[in-house]
Amino acid sequence: MAERILEVENLTVDIPVGGGMLHAVQGISFHVDKGETLCIVGESGCGKSLTSLAVMDLLPKKAIRGANKLELGGEDILNAGERRMSDIRGNTMGMIFQEPMTSLNPAYTIGNQMEEALKRHRNVSTREARDRAIYLLEKVGITAAASRLSQYPHQLSGGLRQRVMIAMTLMCGPNLIIADEPTTALDVTIQAQILLLLAELQREFEMGLILITHDLGVVARIADRVAVMYAGQVVEQGTADQVFNRPTHPYTQGLLDCIPIPGKTERNKPLGSIPGIVPSLVGAFHACHFAERCQYAFAECVKGDIDMRPAVEDGHEYRCLLDPETCRANAQKRGVA
Amino acid sequence: MSEAVQDTNAQKPPIADRTIEEPSPAERARKRMFGHFGFMFGAIVLLGILAIAFLAPLISPHDPLDQQLARKLIPPIWHDSPKATWVHPLGTDQFGRDYLSRLIHGSQISLLIGFAAMLISGVIGTAIGVAAGYFGGKVDMVVNFVITTRLSLPVVLVALAVVSLVGNSLWIVICVLGLLIWDRFAVVMRSTTQQVRNLDYVAAAQAIGCSTPRIIFAEIMPNIVNNLIVVATVEMAHAIILEAALSFLGLGVQPPAPSWGLMIAEGKNHMLFDPWLVGIPGTALFILILSINLLGDGMRDITAPENRN
Amino acid sequence: MLIYALKRLSIALLVAVTVSLLTFSMIYLSGDPAMALAGESATQQDIENIRRVYGYDQPIIVQYFNWLANALQGDLGHSHYLKTEVSNVIFARLPVTMTLGACALGFALCLSIPLGVLAAMRPNTLIDRFALTLAVIGQALPSFWFALIMIFLFGVSLRWLPITGSASWMNFIMPSIALGYYVTPAVMRLTRAGMIEVLSSDYIRTARAKGLRPSVVLFKHALRNAIIPVVSLAAVQFGFMLGGSIVIETIFAINGLGQLAWESILRADLPMMQAIVLVLSCFYIVLTFLADLLNAFLDPRIRVS
Repeated sequence: MAERILEVENLTVDIPVGGGMLHAVQGISFHVDKGETLCIVGESGCGKSLTSLAVMDLLPKKAIRGANKLELGGEDILNAGERRMSDIRGNTMGMIFQEPMTSLNPAYTIGNQMEEALKRHRNVSTREARDRAIYLLEKVGITAAASRLSQYPHQLSGGLRQRVMIAMTLMCGPNLIIADEPTTALDVTIQAQILLLLAELQREFEMGLILITHDLGVVARIADRVAVMYAGQVVEQGTADQVFNRPTHPYTQGLLDCIPIPGKTERNKPLGSIPGIVPSLVGAFHACHFAERCQYAFAECVKGDIDMRPAVEDGHEYRCLLDPETCRANAQKRGVA
Repeated sequence: MSEAVQDTNAQKPPIADRTIEEPSPAERARKRMFGHFGFMFGAIVLLGILAIAFLAPLISPHDPLDQQLARKLIPPIWHDSPKATWVHPLGTDQFGRDYLSRLIHGSQISLLIGFAAMLISGVIGTAIGVAAGYFGGKVDMVVNFVITTRLSLPVVLVALAVVSLVGNSLWIVICVLGLLIWDRFAVVMRSTTQQVRNLDYVAAAQAIGCSTPRIIFAEIMPNIVNNLIVVATVEMAHAIILEAALSFLGLGVQPPAPSWGLMIAEGKNHMLFDPWLVGIPGTALFILILSINLLGDGMRDITAPENRN
Repeated sequence: MLIYALKRLSIALLVAVTVSLLTFSMIYLSGDPAMALAGESATQQDIENIRRVYGYDQPIIVQYFNWLANALQGDLGHSHYLKTEVSNVIFARLPVTMTLGACALGFALCLSIPLGVLAAMRPNTLIDRFALTLAVIGQALPSFWFALIMIFLFGVSLRWLPITGSASWMNFIMPSIALGYYVTPAVMRLTRAGMIEVLSSDYIRTARAKGLRPSVVLFKHALRNAIIPVVSLAAVQFGFMLGGSIVIETIFAINGLGQLAWESILRADLPMMQAIVLVLSCFYIVLTFLADLLNAFLDPRIRVS
């Protein structure tokens, strides 16, 4: 069995709001092994980004984090404290954010910002930090790397800035990288390049990668395992093959029904859509979160919390009252399996 | 279970207990207004001072200009002095004039100067600010230049010099201040107009062929009026402070008028032994400016809660 | 950067010329400047003499250019009252006012920037409320009254500080506070607002995600960006303070430009008044120009474009 890098058990994030408590993340469990890519997918507002910030311990001040277990490389980082966390962040665990345009400090050069990431965690000279920065800039496909170091963020395009962000995250050679929708703000043509670059670097440096996205096409190409989130919960989790080829949860099926898949989607058949909107997560909510929008919902669905349950294959689980066989039949009927 | 699968009309989850009662915007604005300590404090105090100014002839116990040298420098009532008397609750000044009556009548001068100067500067500043923001280009360049030029002139010094050269009366002080302090109006109105001007509904109004005056007055003005009011409070307070400073230096309102700034200047010479001569008008000035500023700050918080910080 | 600087410089020069024109025309506000200069007891002959000596008999446009040409050479005219060159008096008094202005600005910045940063770090806490209350009170205190209160408290009652004069550094404490506190609220609010905005920005999150120490995040990454607008404001406020020094210098009897201005106004010493307004305005123009350059230096988006 591969070395386990990150283990998350029953992670919750609650945010006090005007009308009560917003239960943004409700008991999420997942893990990432060495050299593995875990993709977390779901619609906007389902708690993907908060999950990643919770792992980094970078949540907004008023947000409350809870978990049964949060371990990075076997070390408990749930109760590590800010001091220890700041030693870990950027060192063994790095993060790439959504907005490359604003994620770099406009007042300092690329070189300065990359070097400080390494100098903070390693006892190296400026010379060594600079060499490492040049090496990594070349690695992420930036030409004339040495001269880029003296440039300011505003002189680079969005795609280049995101490459710089990636290189900066790699400065200390982390075991785990969390990329929170790293391509959402970029041109479509650049998006694929950046994601493939990430996947390539992940393989080369044998890191764990958590990729948060709502782009299922990308997930299908680079994910080892996939967690599908809906309204603060993971509703289905398994290998990419399991989730994409044998989707079990009605929401996953609905999602896959929305995108055209070459060779699978029938010609001339309209693409599916999921009616309704994501429910509000303010206050207690003891029911299947998806029931309101689910075409298979029945009375039992709203009578209590739904637990994760194993599907047919090992490591594949989902959160639904319907048994695996019924789900499989539904998936085939919808043409997504 | 599988027969239920097909039941697409299944009972939907109960959502009634999770809907939150949404108050109407007006209700929310009212709640914000009454819940805002600064705004309420400013509004109540300012209304009080306004009432005092309007009712001055009725409520002041004496003639503010009546000099009785025999009763000069009576200390206010809270002083432990045999001379203190309820006939002159705030005492008398060095000419034996009743301090409370002077204070009451002084509020008229401060409010009049503050309001009139604010009105003049508001008209000038808003006109050129909106013009610059709306038309942009060359107009904007010229207005920007005019604002920069105005800012480089030291206000107090120029006001003093002009008043000394033209002669000083209440109305000259008002005009000089009004002609000098329009800069903030212009700066703020220019930038807010620029923001509003680029919004879609202005483009829509242009597209359906509305005239420029109509667009400015019907589409743009209603959306910058909140900012306008906030700047107006700031400038009113500014004008009141400037008048007091001018009068304090002897080049504003002329004696024997009971301007608070002048009262402070006159009391200054007796400050060592009768500090209340300076303390009382100064406190009045402080409370008036504080209430206007709090009102303005509150107005900004209430009308644009998203800009609170 | 060079183009930016040249553009700013040309605007500054244009403003300076306009200001000189305004200052020059100021003397005509009273009607006949010769009459004003001569005073009330002057005969017709005196007035004619003054008119000729000061050149008031020439066309106004010629007068202006003569005056401007002289001013550019450092000759700001002749004080009828003091019987000396205006520029000599002004340059003798200027250092006192500059010292006062610098002390006042120093006091204001030392108080308002740390307070603004603290308030921004802990919004809606006790320290934030304290800072805001201080700002609200500060904005409502007329500086001349505040100065008098300080004189009464620290000069008369407690006898800690000298009341008048400009002999020692002790003399500058109260005037600096009286002059400086008035700009504190504006600088503090701007620092606070800037810091709050910067602290919630994406690049601060990036800095924290790199594991940087809180002090590095705060000072290197946040304050550096939040301080840029404060630089412009500080320059503007310094200019305002020089203008406001007329009130404070008069109260504390400080022998600076402000007191000179007040005396000249009372004596109807027109050339002196003119010159002081011109000098202070030009100083303000230079100051804002320098602030623009400093801003460009601090903000690479302007510097490298």
